Amino acid sequence: MDKLWLIIKREYLTRVTRRSFILATLLTPLAFGLFFVVAGLIFQYESDDSRRIAIIDEGNIFDRSIKDEENLYFKFVDTDLETLRQNFDDFDYDGILVVPKVKDVMATRHTIYYYADKQPSLDIDALIRDRVRGQMRDFKIEALQLDPQQLEALDTRIELEPEPIDDESTDASKLTGAIAAGIGGVMGIIMYIVVFIYGMMVMRSVMEEKTSRIVEVMISSVRPFQLMMGKIVGVGAVGLTQVAIWAILIPIIILVSSLLFGIDSSAQMEMAQQQPGAANFNPEDTEAMVALAIEEFKSLNWWVILPMFIFFFLGGYFLYASLFAAVGSAMGDDLGEGQSLTIPITIPVILAFYIMIVAIQAPNSSLAVWSSIFPLFSPIVMPARLAFSPPVWEVALSVVLLAATAIFFVWLSGRIYRVGILMYGKKVTLKELGKWLFYKD
Amino acid sequence: MKAYEKHVAVNDVSFEVPAGSIFGLLGPNGAGKTSLIRIITTITRADEGVVYLDGEKLNSRHPEEIGYMPEERGLYRKMKVGEHLTYLARLKGLSAKDAKSKISDWMEKFGIEDWWDKKVEELSKGMQQKIQFIATVVHEPKLLILDEPFSGLDPVNTNLIKDEIHSLRGKGMSIIFSTHRMEQVEEICEHIVLINKGENVLEGKVSAVKDRFKQNLFELEYEGELPEGLLEQATVIHQKPGRLTVQVAETAESNTLLRAMLDRGVFVKRFQEILPTLNEIFIRQVN
Repeated sequence: MDKLWLIIKREYLTRVTRRSFILATLLTPLAFGLFFVVAGLIFQYESDDSRRIAIIDEGNIFDRSIKDEENLYFKFVDTDLETLRQNFDDFDYDGILVVPKVKDVMATRHTIYYYADKQPSLDIDALIRDRVRGQMRDFKIEALQLDPQQLEALDTRIELEPEPIDDESTDASKLTGAIAAGIGGVMGIIMYIVVFIYGMMVMRSVMEEKTSRIVEVMISSVRPFQLMMGKIVGVGAVGLTQVAIWAILIPIIILVSSLLFGIDSSAQMEMAQQQPGAANFNPEDTEAMVALAIEEFKSLNWWVILPMFIFFFLGGYFLYASLFAAVGSAMGDDLGEGQSLTIPITIPVILAFYIMIVAIQAPNSSLAVWSSIFPLFSPIVMPARLAFSPPVWEVALSVVLLAATAIFFVWLSGRIYRVGILMYGKKVTLKELGKWLFYKD
Repeated sequence: MKAYEKHVAVNDVSFEVPAGSIFGLLGPNGAGKTSLIRIITTITRADEGVVYLDGEKLNSRHPEEIGYMPEERGLYRKMKVGEHLTYLARLKGLSAKDAKSKISDWMEKFGIEDWWDKKVEELSKGMQQKIQFIATVVHEPKLLILDEPFSGLDPVNTNLIKDEIHSLRGKGMSIIFSTHRMEQVEEICEHIVLINKGENVLEGKVSAVKDRFKQNLFELEYEGELPEGLLEQATVIHQKPGRLTVQVAETAESNTLLRAMLDRGVFVKRFQEILPTLNEIFIRQVN
C-alpha cells in the first residue's frame, strides 16, 4: 500500500509540476475567457462609424418623425433627389433614402431606394427596413381603418408548460428541458475529453516506461499491478485537478471579463439564439428567462447530480484508462504499429459521444436509456441524462454495472499488462493479448 | 522450471550461491539467464521449483532484500537524479530520511554530489550507469544481481564499479554476476554456474571447474638441448627452441618428466601447468 502511494505520488507530482501542464491548465480558461470576450464584443458590435441619412418621404409615411439611433442620424429633406445626387459631396450626407408613395395598400411588397457611394452595411440595412416596416404597418392600419387592438389580438404566443401527472412529482418549468440539456451536454463532453486525454496519457506513459526499460527495475521492487494502478490513479488525480481548476477558473474569468468589457448577458442570450436548436426566446422576455433559468438551475438536485457525476467520471476513467494501459504495455517502440490496437477502445468512446448528443435531445428514448446502462457507454451518456431526473432503477443499475465492469477491466488489463511490459520485439495482435490473459505469473 | 507458451525457458536448473561470495551466472545468448534472473527477482514466478533466500522461500518481502541491475537499463528521463534515486530507494522500503543520507553518501563516493538536481536526460550513458548502480545497491540488499554491469563504461569507471563490488562483498553481500565476458568472470567470480538451453551444464568453484576441465598441459622453458627420448611419456603439443608445451596422461607424470629433465642436466627456467580459461570451457561446453 505504501509503495502504491509512492507511485501515485510520483505520477501525480511529476505531471502537475511540468511546465506543459501548468500552461495548459491556466491557458485553457484564459482561452475560454478570450473567446467569451471576443464573441461578446462581436455580437455587441454595431457600426461604429456615424451615418447621416437624408430621407425623401414621398408618401409621407413617416409623418416627418423618426427616432435617431446611436451613430445613425436621419433628416427629412424636401430637396429633390436629382439635386441631392448631383451635390452629394457638398451635402455631407452618407446616404439618401427614398421611400416611394404607397400605391396599393394591399401590396405586401414595397421597394425603397438607398443612394450612397458605399453599400449600406448589414446592420444599417436591417435597421432601415425594420423602421420602414413598422411605420408602413401603422400607415396601413390607418389607411385600412383597422382596429390596432384587434390586430394585436391576432398574434398569439403559445407557451407549453409541462405539468406532472400526479401531485408528488416535482413540477418542471418550461425551461427544465433546456437547462438539463445544457448541463447534460457539458458533463458528457467533459467525460469524453477526460477519457480520451487522460486515457491516452496513461497509454503513452506505460509505453515510455516499457521502451525506456525502467519497467524492469520497477517491477523488481513492486508488483506490475501496483505500478499500473499507481499510474492510473496518479494520472486520474491529475485529471481531476485540471478539471477542478477549470471549473473554478472559467466562471471567474468569464465573470471578470464581462465586468471589465461590459458585456451584458443579453449579448450572450443573442448568441444562444444563434445556436440552432436552442429555444426561441422572445428578446423582451430575456430578463425573466434568465431569472427563471437561475431558479431552475438552483432547483436541480445537485446533491445527487454531482456525486453521480464524480462516480461516472471515476468509473469511466478507470474502465478506459486500464484498457489504454493494457494496450500501452503491448506496444513496442513503434507507436504506429500499436495504433491499431487502440481502435477497439476508441470506437465505443466515440459512439458513446454521439449517443450522448442524441440523448440530451431525447433523454428518455430507448437508445438513451439502454446506452446509459450499458457500461461502455454509460460513463458518457448517463451524466448527460442525470439532469433530466432519470428513474432511480436505471441509475442504480447503471452504477452497479459500471462499477463491476470497471473492476473487471482493471483486473483484465492487469493480466495483460504484466505480460506486455516484459515482452519485446513481438508483433502484438488482439488474439495475442487474449492469450496473455491466461498466462501464469 | 519456467515455461512460456510451447517454449521452456528454464528447466531443472539448480545451484547455490554461497553467502558473501561473487557468483557468475554464465550462458550463451538465449540460455535462459534473464528468465532465471526474473524468477529470482520475483518479477515472474517459476512454474515449478523454489528459490530460497537465506533459507527462506522467496516471498513478497524479499524484493526489498534484492538489488537488480538489468542488462537493458532505464531511468525516468525527465526526473532529477536525486529525486529519482530517492524514489527507487523508497520503493525498496527505505524511509525518506535514510534514502536521502545514503544516496548522498554514494554520490559523494562517486564524486557526483552536484548531480542531485540534474535531470537524468542531461547525463551521458556512462553517467546514467553510475546512477543505476547506486539505485541497485542503495538499500543494502542481501543479494545483488548485476547483469552485464560494465557494458558501456570506460576503464576508469569499470574499475570504480569493480572496487565497489568487491567492497560490497566484503560487507557480506552475495552477488550474482551475469555476463558473457569470461575474462571478467575469471577476475571477479569465485563460483560459477553455466547454463545452456535452460539447463545447468556445470557448477562450482572457479578453481574446481578449471581443475575438472584441465587437460594436463604443461609449459616449460629451458636452456640448452633436450636429450633424445626424454619426451616419450608425453605428447608434444607445441615446440619451439627453448620452449615446449606437452600433455601428460596424468598430473603426477609431470613430476616424473620434470625430474627426468633435471637428472639429464637440462636447465629448466620455467615449468607450469596450463589451466583452461573459462572462455575455453564455455565454448567447449556450449557447443
